[in-house]
Amino acid sequence: MIDYILHLADNALIYGHRLSEWCGHGPILEVDMALSNIALDHVGAARSLYQYAAEIEGNGKTEDFYPYFRDVRAFRNVLLVEQPNGDFADTMARALFFDTYMVLFYTALQKSSDARLAAIAEKSLKEVTYHLRFSREWVIRLGDGTEESHARMQHAIAELWPYAGELFAPSETERAMQAAGIAPDIAALKPEWERLIGETLQEATLSYPLQAAGAWHHSGGKTGVHSEYLGFALAELQYLQKSYPGCAW
Amino acid sequence: MVNRPDRDTVMQYLAQVSDPEVPVLSILDLGIVREVEVDESGAVHIGITPTYSGCPAMDAIRTGIRMELLSRGITKLEITEILSPAWTTDWMSEEGKAKLKAYGIAPPQYRSREVPGEEVVPCPLCGSAHTELLSRFGSTSCKALYRCLDCREPFDYFKCH
Repeated sequence: MIDYILHLADNALIYGHRLSEWCGHGPILEVDMALSNIALDHVGAARSLYQYAAEIEGNGKTEDFYPYFRDVRAFRNVLLVEQPNGDFADTMARALFFDTYMVLFYTALQKSSDARLAAIAEKSLKEVTYHLRFSREWVIRLGDGTEESHARMQHAIAELWPYAGELFAPSETERAMQAAGIAPDIAALKPEWERLIGETLQEATLSYPLQAAGAWHHSGGKTGVHSEYLGFALAELQYLQKSYPGCAW
Repeated sequence: MVNRPDRDTVMQYLAQVSDPEVPVLSILDLGIVREVEVDESGAVHIGITPTYSGCPAMDAIRTGIRMELLSRGITKLEITEILSPAWTTDWMSEEGKAKLKAYGIAPPQYRSREVPGEEVVPCPLCGSAHTELLSRFGSTSCKALYRCLDCREPFDYFKCH
C-alpha cells in the first residue's frame, strides 16, 4: 500500500518540481504564473499523499521524510515526469500527455475502495481538468502556429512519445492494488487517452506518432530505475535537508 | 472567559477570520468551513476544506482560526481537514460574492458544473460585459486574469471551481 501511495505522490512531486523550475523563466509572465500555479497544485496533492503514507507507516515519520530523505532508487515516479523541461514545446507535450492521463486516472481513482485515495482523487481531478485546458490550448496554438512553432511542437511530441507507454503499464504493486479494488485498471485507460491525444493533435495540425499498439516504450521509473535526470533534480530538491537535516525557517 | 461556547457564537468568531490572500472574504464567505461542533466538554471541533490542493493560505487559515478562538478564551480546539466533497465556488456566499465585486475582483459567474467554454465575466469596475481572458492563471490559484475592453482596466476573476 505504501509503495503505491508513494508512486502517486512521487509522480505529483517530481512533476510539480519540474514545473516549478520554470518559475522566473517562463516565456511570458502569464505562462510563468500558470506553470507555477500548476506546480503548486501537484505539490499540494503530493503532500496529501505523503501525509497519508506517513500515517500508515507510523514510526514518527512525517510527510517530509519521503521527498527529502529517500535516495533516487526509492522514488517510484514514471520517467515521463522527470524528463527535463527542454523548450516550452517540450514542456507542453509532456503536460498534454500527463494532464490527459491524470484526468482519466483521477476519474477512475475516485471509485477506489480506499476512501482517502478516493477523496484525494476527487479534489485533484478538478485541478487537473483545468490544467488540461491550458496545456491543450498551448499544444494547439503552437502546432497550428508558425512554421517554427509547428516544427518544434511536432519534434517535442515525437521525443516524449516513448515515455507515455509507461503510464499504462502496471507494476506488480499496481496489479496487487488493482486486485484489492484500491487502484484502477490503468491499462484500460489507454484507448481513451489515445483518442483524446489524437483529437488534440489533429486540431493542432500535428501528426500522430506512428507506433504500433504495444510497441516498445521506456520503463523502469515505477520500480526505481530512473533516467539520469532524476538524480540531478533530487540533488537540488534535497540539498538543504540533506546538508542541514531538520532545518526549518 | 467562555466555558462552553455555543455553536452560533463560534460561528460569529469564525466570521472574523479572513482569507489571507483575499482579505475581504471571511472563511465563512469562502465556504471552506464544513463542520463546527461543540462537544459536552466544551471542546470545539472545526472541519475545514482546502480551496486548492497547493493553496499556501491553508496553514495561515488554521493559525488564524486558532488565534481568533484563543483570543475568545476557547483553548480546547481541534481542526481537521476534510477533502471530500471537494470545495467548490458554489459554496461561496452571496454576501461573499458582493464583497469580492466591491473589492474589484469579479466573483464566480457560473455554477461549477455549468461553466461554458467561453465565460462572460462582467468587469467589476465599470460593469461592462465586453471583457477578455488574458490568462487562465492569475496571482493566486483561485484567480484568472481578465481585461475590460471598455474601461481598459485589467482585473482578477475568482474562477469557477
